[in-house]
Amino acid sequence: MNTIVSIKNLSKTYAGGFQALKDINLDVREGEILALLGPNGAGKTTLISIICGIVNASHGTVAVGGYDNRRDFRKTRALIGLVPQELPLGQWDRVWNTAAFSRGLFGRPPDDALVARTLRDLSLWDKRNSMVQQLSGGMKRRLLIAKALVHEPRVLFLDEPTAGVDVALRRDTWKLIDRLRRAGVTIILTTHYIDEAEAMADRVGVINHGELLLVENKRQLMCKLGKKRINVELLHPITAIPAALAGYQLALSDDGVRLTYAYDIADSNAGHEFAVTVLLKQLSEAGLTVKDITTRETSLEEIFVDLVRDA
Amino acid sequence: MNYQGIRVIYRNEMLRAWHTKTQTILSPVLTTMLYFVVFGAAIGSRIQQIDGIDYGAFIVPGVVMLPLLTQSISNAAFGIFFPKFTGTLFEILSAPISFWEIVIGYVGAAATKSAILGVLMLVTASAFIDLDIAHPLWMMVILVLTCIAFSLFGFIIGLWANNFEKLQLIPLLVVTPLVFLGGAFYSIDMLPPFWQTVTLFNPVVYLINGFRWSFFGVADVGIWISLGMILAFLLLCLVTIGWIFKTGYRLRQ
Repeated sequence: MNTIVSIKNLSKTYAGGFQALKDINLDVREGEILALLGPNGAGKTTLISIICGIVNASHGTVAVGGYDNRRDFRKTRALIGLVPQELPLGQWDRVWNTAAFSRGLFGRPPDDALVARTLRDLSLWDKRNSMVQQLSGGMKRRLLIAKALVHEPRVLFLDEPTAGVDVALRRDTWKLIDRLRRAGVTIILTTHYIDEAEAMADRVGVINHGELLLVENKRQLMCKLGKKRINVELLHPITAIPAALAGYQLALSDDGVRLTYAYDIADSNAGHEFAVTVLLKQLSEAGLTVKDITTRETSLEEIFVDLVRDA
Repeated sequence: MNYQGIRVIYRNEMLRAWHTKTQTILSPVLTTMLYFVVFGAAIGSRIQQIDGIDYGAFIVPGVVMLPLLTQSISNAAFGIFFPKFTGTLFEILSAPISFWEIVIGYVGAAATKSAILGVLMLVTASAFIDLDIAHPLWMMVILVLTCIAFSLFGFIIGLWANNFEKLQLIPLLVVTPLVFLGGAFYSIDMLPPFWQTVTLFNPVVYLINGFRWSFFGVADVGIWISLGMILAFLLLCLVTIGWIFKTGYRLRQ
């Protein structure tokens, strides 16, 4: 896969001395969805703002489509669409005009058919003649997405696209992102909703205190840092773990009815894939009756929380 | 060159003026009309001629210049301040458009609006006062250059201002007094020698006198000096904007 955005040794220190980004190196692959996760103030928005040309970097380079984003700013910015976190819109503009304005601003000739299609795709066609101030919050967010898409960008930045929107709109946004990905658009999204990243992203980057802690394929990340838990519920409570099961490092719940066996998914040498079979056999041999059994893998959210806490 | 970008900024700004036509067109035209009625027709008929020109006609260049300057500044200042205020500036800064193209879009629209307003006010003036313009081409050159120069100045104010109060500060507290003290209603020859010298430090004197010369062929200051001062002010604004562009002052952190 080709690299569409390449960031090298990027740092940003604001005038007040606050260092928002520290030596960021990141390659974004063409056609992928990259989710940038991080707590508030981690540096996600600063990173996006530098790539898009809104904020100047203190050090380092950004290339988009092979072009330097300062020297060849016309070429790089033409490739990028940005949906910001807030809802910055001219309240007295009409929906159609504000979308058409964005296309012109990005140097593209008027194309009414494309503007109409984009508004239809985002369920804004009925509102095309409405003033922006008459739209609901969800509609305004969709309008911002429309404005970012009307110049047909190859890279789309979505800065917390589903913050503060209802469940239905959130699902619609996910569907739209999926459609865009299938159309070949590279998507970089920042989000607080880990399930969003888990559901959509190909790769996940975790950023905290201005440092990029890791960028991994989502599945590899969950495999590498995830844990698996096997919970065995017993029919009759026990007071202590039978000696025959001591080798498993089981945990017994306070009420004596649940045994928990946890292991790292990445620890493949330990033969955990046979654990359930062997454990059940030995429980039976120890005279214990199993009432129920459940397994659970660590979620991306738990991995993220651990990473950010440890950093 | 991003011609489409310039076009949409220009168009948007012209549309904004149309939506606020009461404030941007009707109000200054009405104010100018009142000046002509009060100072031209009512009081002016009782005042003797100045430099051989009827008082009513004498004040026309100054009275037209006052809203021309304040509206040029306000139009351009509001134009760029609004995207800053609403947050939509992010889109302009992230678009493939150079700073000079942004300036052309905003300042071009502001200067166009002011020039149209200037012509409207001259038409209004001619309804009350007999006007015979001696150098119509020079009149248009000075009018257009003044509109461009003060729209550039307004653009700088719009970038500098971080609240609505600052936006109105310069037009109301600086420009209006300078116009009143810049010979809009009198010839600077009528002042004592000391105040004549002081007045020459007022840049508006050169604008009004250049404009007055184009109407009547006489003025307190020569046309070339007036033209030179307008061009010097325009250049100063361009240099300041160039510096803003280079440093990202109040634009890019």
